Amino acid sequence: MRKEVFYSLKAPYRDELRIMGYHFGQGEKAACIVGSTRGNEVQQLYVCSQLIKALKELEAHGNIAANKEILVIPSVNHYSMNIGKRFWAVDNTDINRMFPGYNRGETTQRIAAGVFEKAQGYSYGIQFTSFYMPGDFVPHVRMMETGYQNASLANLFGMPYVVIRKPKPIDTTTLNYNWQIWETSAFSVYTKETDLIDGDSARQAVSAVLRFLTRMGIIRYNCHSGYIASVIAEEELTTVHANAGGIYHRLKMPGQETHRGEVIAEILDPYEGIVRSQVISPTDGVIFFSHKKPLVMEHDIVCRIIRRLHE
Amino acid sequence: MIENVVSIELPVDEKLLIQKNRIEPLEMTGKEKRITIVTGTHGDELEGQFVCYEILRRIRDNMENLHGVVDIFPAFNPLGIDSITRGIPMFDLDMNRTFPGSKEGNLPEYITAQLIEDIVGSDLCVDIHASNIYLREMPQVRMSEITQEKLMPYAKRINVDFVWVHASATVLESTLAHSLNMLGVPTIVVEMGVGMRITREYGYQLVDGIFNVMKEMGIWSGDVLPVRDPIVSQDGAVGFVNAEASGIFVPIAPIWSYVEQGEHIGNILNPLTGHIEHRVVSPCDGTLFTLREYPIVYHGSLIARVLGGVRV
Repeated sequence: MRKEVFYSLKAPYRDELRIMGYHFGQGEKAACIVGSTRGNEVQQLYVCSQLIKALKELEAHGNIAANKEILVIPSVNHYSMNIGKRFWAVDNTDINRMFPGYNRGETTQRIAAGVFEKAQGYSYGIQFTSFYMPGDFVPHVRMMETGYQNASLANLFGMPYVVIRKPKPIDTTTLNYNWQIWETSAFSVYTKETDLIDGDSARQAVSAVLRFLTRMGIIRYNCHSGYIASVIAEEELTTVHANAGGIYHRLKMPGQETHRGEVIAEILDPYEGIVRSQVISPTDGVIFFSHKKPLVMEHDIVCRIIRRLHE
Repeated sequence: MIENVVSIELPVDEKLLIQKNRIEPLEMTGKEKRITIVTGTHGDELEGQFVCYEILRRIRDNMENLHGVVDIFPAFNPLGIDSITRGIPMFDLDMNRTFPGSKEGNLPEYITAQLIEDIVGSDLCVDIHASNIYLREMPQVRMSEITQEKLMPYAKRINVDFVWVHASATVLESTLAHSLNMLGVPTIVVEMGVGMRITREYGYQLVDGIFNVMKEMGIWSGDVLPVRDPIVSQDGAVGFVNAEASGIFVPIAPIWSYVEQGEHIGNILNPLTGHIEHRVVSPCDGTLFTLREYPIVYHGSLIARVLGGVRV
């Protein structure tokens, strides 16, 4: 394992921002793995730390393939993490909306450029990331439909679901999108949590990445074969909105099966405690995403369901 | 007449209301043109608040001169304005990256879809911004190359100091202005002043310009003041000055002043050591139309923009 600080930034009064890269093996640029790019992505940082631990052990036992190099960047925006902010603390910009970056531009454009310069040119790019809506997902691999995506490769992670997203204009400045444009096969791995650590889904994510690297001939690692994933187009998920505001009480968790007409959550009157509204499943299927916060606004997306799928 | 265009129930005993004030002529013919004034998309941009007030005051005092419909949205992002938050509170999202929205989307997209639906049908929309808390801007209109043919006549009459025409490649597709322009509502973006502050003279300047435009459109028949002939600039003529050190920026040159290439604009200081970390100079001859207001800078922070070759 070789550690390097590949990007640093001085602050007026804070300690320097140092972005670290961990290299395993030597040779062709095989895979780059990026962890937290936002200050609240603690689970993503944790997953990367566990992956670095596992790769260090594999390397010590000679299990990185010859002429293959893996780079892991566990954290990009710990400057925000250390002070409890999600985005770049000075101007609230999102580094994961600044790729491919610009090294003569504004601060977060320069950071993104520094990261992208290091992370590009690898055959495979894997990012642990989070979604802007607060809630739980079933763990899955997500790809952007850029024309360069390859869903059958995503299947090799052995996670239960692969989601293909049609990019919106706002997606075109993410690391995942730009990796693909620069000919790296890019995957985003979503686990259950963001701000908190969920050990089970973190282990699942680490295993999925090691499984993928093994199947691509980059490492040697014996593990369970995982799932043959269901491939889902994001726009085919059924979206369920809250029809009232109040205290949110969910009855069905991500990964559970639901049936048309079933009550999947209740919205309670915040003063009187009575049920103000029931959230009814409009379809048979499996809960893919579910709102988690204790309060809900009218018209919030509270659930997304994979239609006509059974557990 | 004040209308609730959006009404969303919040969790505890409150509604998120996005309101507009519609002013109609004393006698309607059914053929009136409609202008929509929008501001407060970013909760920390307040320059438009004074503009809305002043437009309504002038119309109310001279209702006999009104011959069209004026819709005024002073607070597109009311939760943001009332909590000094740039984005939409609870979502940490920039509202001006969620247009045109979708009624099937999440809450911010649902809201923006309703706002778009209400504005479509206007003959002109003016979207007023106030930079951010970091930079002060001279009153200016920004537009893309693809919309300039349609928008330039309005931009030249709205009493700004200059018009900045962006290359199409840099257009942000999820903004209100882009969405409305694509839907056939000519929409001009005005940037002026600085976040969290109101610059009264800029407010009066823009209000004079909006009445001038309304008169051209046949919406207003009262007297209007002569307006400035703005400088029109393309991307290539704008020089950017970014901080090449982290520290405390103290300007020397004032905004809207002429500077020569290499001329001293300000310093980035280190108050711990008492040294100058970086001497900031102009990249070209021209006029400073953007200048940093917030002193803390990091490597890369935008310090100034210079309108190359222009002396005002």
